[in-house]
Amino acid sequence: MLELKDVHTYYGNIHALKGISLKVEKGEIVTLIGSNGAGKSTTLRTIQGINRPRSGSILLEGEALEKLPPHEIALRGVAQSPEGRMIFPRMTVMENLEMGAYARKDKSGFDEDLERVFNLFPRLKERINQKGGTLSGGEQQMLAMGRALMARPRILLLDEPSMGLSPILVELIFEIIQTINKEGTTILLVEQNALMALSIANRGYVIQTGEIVLTDTASKLKANEMVRKSYLGIE
Amino acid sequence: MSAKAKSILRGIVVAAVVLYIAFLLGPIAGFDVPAIAASIQADPKQLIQFLIIGISNGAIIAIIALGYTMVYGIIELINFAHGDVYMIGVFTSLTVLSLTGTLNTNDPVKIILGLALALVVSIASCAMLNATIERLAYRRLRNAPRLAPLISAIGMSFIIENLGLIWASQSWLVPSFGTTGGASQKFFPDLLGTIFTVNGWKVNLFEYFGIPLRFTIKDLLVIVLAVILMVGLYLFVQRTRLGKAMRATAQNRDAAKMLGIDIDRVISATFLIGGGLAGAAGLMAGLYNNTAWWFMGFRAGLESFTAAVLGGIGNITGAMLGGFLIGLLASFSDGYLNARWTHAWVFATLVLVLLFRPSGLLGEQVGQKA
Repeated sequence: MLELKDVHTYYGNIHALKGISLKVEKGEIVTLIGSNGAGKSTTLRTIQGINRPRSGSILLEGEALEKLPPHEIALRGVAQSPEGRMIFPRMTVMENLEMGAYARKDKSGFDEDLERVFNLFPRLKERINQKGGTLSGGEQQMLAMGRALMARPRILLLDEPSMGLSPILVELIFEIIQTINKEGTTILLVEQNALMALSIANRGYVIQTGEIVLTDTASKLKANEMVRKSYLGIE
Repeated sequence: MSAKAKSILRGIVVAAVVLYIAFLLGPIAGFDVPAIAASIQADPKQLIQFLIIGISNGAIIAIIALGYTMVYGIIELINFAHGDVYMIGVFTSLTVLSLTGTLNTNDPVKIILGLALALVVSIASCAMLNATIERLAYRRLRNAPRLAPLISAIGMSFIIENLGLIWASQSWLVPSFGTTGGASQKFFPDLLGTIFTVNGWKVNLFEYFGIPLRFTIKDLLVIVLAVILMVGLYLFVQRTRLGKAMRATAQNRDAAKMLGIDIDRVISATFLIGGGLAGAAGLMAGLYNNTAWWFMGFRAGLESFTAAVLGGIGNITGAMLGGFLIGLLASFSDGYLNARWTHAWVFATLVLVLLFRPSGLLGEQVGQKA
């Protein structure tokens, strides 16, 4: 469904992605794990068109995305819950969700998807008229994911959904990610919490300083010596 | 020390500094408390008269300030050419009124039609002008250091001022009424007054109610039009899809892009609306102050910019509030202090706001990203 081929991205002179190639098949949860600064978020930002790749190609069901502006990429069914959540702090929860549906052409599905988001995140329904900036960290994460789902994306990019959340909340968020996937949304999940990510993913990629160093099924990665040492903290 | 005690102490320091400056400027700038008290006592109803003048002028300032604040809100740029766009609005209105023969008629119907046409043309051309400025001078610099578009804005301001100077010198576009050259102030006829005198109505509406103050049709029109525009803009930004996209782009540009918002279009729309408001303000100000001058945008721009900062730059309600407050300050300064120092008072306000409350009166009430 989504394929990156030898993607290079720069921040000024800094070579952030040094030829990333990866594939996400329809219906999968694929995770991209790696440490801080490895290029995980940059990969997602490059897919979305916020950062431009200098070379390489990004294909969504065969269509090239790498030359399109970000809003065109969103229109083609790529949605993201970004790093730092990036909710709109001075808009209400409802308005945030409405903005999530901005790219949609069918207005009929809006109510349906709103209900779906409220079923996944009942807390958002309780906070519907509250300003985004007044929500707790966990609620903001739910809002960022709910907002992305309102676009009814073909592929959902999740950037560090566990960041800054309590262990209980992390469990809850990961359960919801699985539910979203079972309901038919393909997911590319970026995580520092490799253990959690690998426990729900089908396949995984390990990224180090802008390069993919390892890829396998999630269960095999979990058993891999290097992954266990570097990312799972197990000797 | 507790946060509350700190803020109280801070308030006292601010008040002390303001009073110090006021008394320092006092003798020269007309800040003479006994004299002010005496003149209020001698004619208390003057106070209300200055209030009316202040609100009318404030309405015009507020409309221009909206253009500054909207653009700042969305791309964090002070569009220094905005005041000059307003000046072009004054000249566009005057030219439309001149070419349609509205200036030479006493027929109320023709005058009203002429004014309506002038309003539409002025709004449309200023909207286009402002959006063109963005396209030419700011869009390319969107990822440049912040100083670059600012300097570009000052450059655009000079270009438009010179355009105004050339425009004012064209006697077939701008009737000279005896003035010579493009640099002189041009007369903008009081057409509303004409409608009233032709019909034998009283220009001062308060005469009908036996109120010994002056509240003319000009005051009424300016205030009503301003309120309509402000309410309309507020509803637009709060309720419509494009309005919400503007707020989203202002609050987080990258997130807006990710959601499928074409931010170039949204930014263009912001400039169109800001320019349109300046165009409306141009006609209002022409009718109200009865002058058209190539340099008038500079002063009006600085006053409106001050109003926008006072209210909290980027905040639409704040710009409206700031506009009225600056209008009142200017009016009271004209009346009770010293008209020559009015601008000094206005800009002293700007300096004080920037020093002590840079977020303005209504700036950023809701918490930032957690």
